[in-house]
Amino acid sequence: MMDKVIMAGFGGQGVMFLGKVLAYAGMNTDLELCWIPSYGPEMRGGTANCSVILADGEIYSHVIDQADAAIVLNKPAYDKFSSRVKPGGVLIVNASLAKIEKERDDITIVKIPATEIANEMGNPAIANMVCLGALLPSMNLIDYSTIEKAMDKLTSKRPQLLESNLTAIKKGMDFVASN
Amino acid sequence: MNKVFSRSKGLTDVPFTFCPGCTHGIIMRLIAEVLEELDILEETIGVSPVGCAGFSQDFFTCDFVGAAHGRAQAVGTGIKRALPHRTVFTYQGDGDIAAIGTQHAVHVAARGEKITSIMVNNAIYGMTGGQMAPTTLTNMKTSTSPFGRDPQTMGFPMDFPKLLAGIPGAAYVASVSVDSPKNIKKTKDAIRKAFKVQQAGLGFSLVSVLSTCPTNWGLNPSESLKWLRENMMPIYEMGELKVSEEVEKL
Amino acid sequence: MEEKVLLKGNEIIGEAAIRSGCKLFFGYPITPSTEVIEYLSANLPGQGGTVLQAEDEIGAINMCYGAACTGSRVMTASSSPGVSLKQEGLSYSAAVELPMVIVNVNRCGPGLGGLGPAQSDYFQSVKGGGHGDYHLIVLAPSKAQELYDYTMQAFDLADQYRNPVMVLTDGYLGQTMEPVVLKERPPAQEWDRSWIVDGAEGREKRILASYSLTNEIGEANNLYWEAKYKEIQKKEQQWEEFHTEDADYLIVSYGTTGRISKSTVLNARKKGIKLGLIRPITLWPFPVNAFKPFLGKIKGIVTVELNTGQMIEDVKLAVNCGVPVELYRRQGGMLPTETEILEYIEEMIMKTDAKEVQA
Repeated sequence: MMDKVIMAGFGGQGVMFLGKVLAYAGMNTDLELCWIPSYGPEMRGGTANCSVILADGEIYSHVIDQADAAIVLNKPAYDKFSSRVKPGGVLIVNASLAKIEKERDDITIVKIPATEIANEMGNPAIANMVCLGALLPSMNLIDYSTIEKAMDKLTSKRPQLLESNLTAIKKGMDFVASN
Repeated sequence: MNKVFSRSKGLTDVPFTFCPGCTHGIIMRLIAEVLEELDILEETIGVSPVGCAGFSQDFFTCDFVGAAHGRAQAVGTGIKRALPHRTVFTYQGDGDIAAIGTQHAVHVAARGEKITSIMVNNAIYGMTGGQMAPTTLTNMKTSTSPFGRDPQTMGFPMDFPKLLAGIPGAAYVASVSVDSPKNIKKTKDAIRKAFKVQQAGLGFSLVSVLSTCPTNWGLNPSESLKWLRENMMPIYEMGELKVSEEVEKL
Repeated sequence: MEEKVLLKGNEIIGEAAIRSGCKLFFGYPITPSTEVIEYLSANLPGQGGTVLQAEDEIGAINMCYGAACTGSRVMTASSSPGVSLKQEGLSYSAAVELPMVIVNVNRCGPGLGGLGPAQSDYFQSVKGGGHGDYHLIVLAPSKAQELYDYTMQAFDLADQYRNPVMVLTDGYLGQTMEPVVLKERPPAQEWDRSWIVDGAEGREKRILASYSLTNEIGEANNLYWEAKYKEIQKKEQQWEEFHTEDADYLIVSYGTTGRISKSTVLNARKKGIKLGLIRPITLWPFPVNAFKPFLGKIKGIVTVELNTGQMIEDVKLAVNCGVPVELYRRQGGMLPTETEILEYIEEMIMKTDAKEVQA
């Protein structure tokens, strides 16, 4: 079983961190995994993306052709990556920053006002976690409890972030459950 | 009978292969004597360059590593960093250190690398047959400046030790000559001081020695010494160019 | 207990070097290899080692040369344009027979090129690279665990054969994070150290240099090196086989594309195509022995490369042109997907079958 996820957004929206949360969740549960950042010139100029592959067996190709899911935190990310989700896959769109016109009908699109939800929590920087929460129910190999453990480790130097991140994730999960 | 002079234990039995009147032999003897007097022959590693100075590896009784052209000081850095308690010196010609190896010379000085470099400056590329060097004097004829070095197209002679003396990590820089017994003695003093600077861990030390190349200058040995004295010594600043405060206290 | 860590590929190389007893690292920052020097700068000094950021790549490789002369374990890392600058020093290091490890995190292009993954330095790595007749031993990892394992092996091979060893990877492997088990290795064998230069204390002086103005001595030296290279070719070929037992067709691919090709093989098998993979682990010596069992049995070979077709020449030599060998390649920093490789192979198979029908 595998989960191939692409994440993209502006630099500063915490795209790489989002990927690392998934990666450490996989690491803690002894999954095979790859965390693949965009690097070099792609790091400059304000857009960022990374991908994570989680698997319960060996990962051969670590190049994602068609992803099982994607999280796009803004419009340019939506434009670039919505086509990379495989038919039947899931696309989490930060609807606060990406207004979609023509949308694909062969994938599940979750439009979540992540930035607005994050703003309500008083921290616009955790829109990424709200989106992660929206993605979690669609993941095959990890769930909230594994994410919780990974987050504990990732925020060990700044424990004040633990609670707000976890709350943001729960809000994302609640949004999906109630819509 | 009292023996007043003998071959330094720092030199092997291999006869010098330099041209008649070349002063490389004198300079190497001085280094060998200093290493012997400081009793560091067994803990010293020399680095030889490319060019006439490259033969140095055969003449010293200490360990030697042969470097690529210009790279002696980078190689010396690697040795010193691996064996910080050993003495490391490079023996390089002016073309090796001041043209193709410039970047390493500047940066061993900047890092205050605890090695000693002996630069032998004869204003020419000797081994390859007398081509222009960065130190070739204005209007001096060489095989690649057959009508004389024209600064407008070929640049000015570079006073390399002076350049390095301006770098903070260079603890001791001296410019000396082997044209006379008096100056030979001064040269030995400078070489001794340079090695002591290294032993004390005070930083990079360099001794530039003005030297002759009778073969490629087209002069006999005594004319060569005279030419050196009259033409090179006025151009290149002589004496101790840099003596850091710590070195003063030595 | 063996520790499992999650690190970037480049960082894993640094960790492997530390655990291999590498005491000195000389380097110069260049994307996409820079995490190697960064990781070691943060972690090697604490282990009693030295990291020096050199004035340039030429300085760095010559510092490695100097340190290697003392018998210390030493490494440098760079990316393609930087490795070009190191070629002079590598030639000298091979001539003086110095053990050292060089990491090339291959980027793309000639010239300054781009930062994307490539295998365009294959020729430079395996055919010499610098002047004169010499070889580096070249190891090609395809995933993080191999970056760790092969870097460790590189230090051992370097000592065993007194020869520079290159770990040839790429930016994609270097930047990707994967879990790695930090396996303990048995202490390295003690090799003869009677050649090192560390001060002639109570012994005859030693000279480590490659200068020889006598042609007869020069030829003797070359024959000696040649014999060493032949021994390495005989003993050190390494490769991995993946579903080759009953293969009609073989992919030959190393590193990142070797790994992608495994997915291609599995997808092909689902479609009933008997496809296998030979993944060279040593690029020099090239694993020619891997091909012998397949001669006369397989219908065709495809090399999958990130260049204009470099390794394909060695594959053709290995099969002595007895099997059709085709190339599928991407360049300029692009990676193929497993699907596009399979599409190419299916096309190739159709052509081969058509020829068989005609015959």
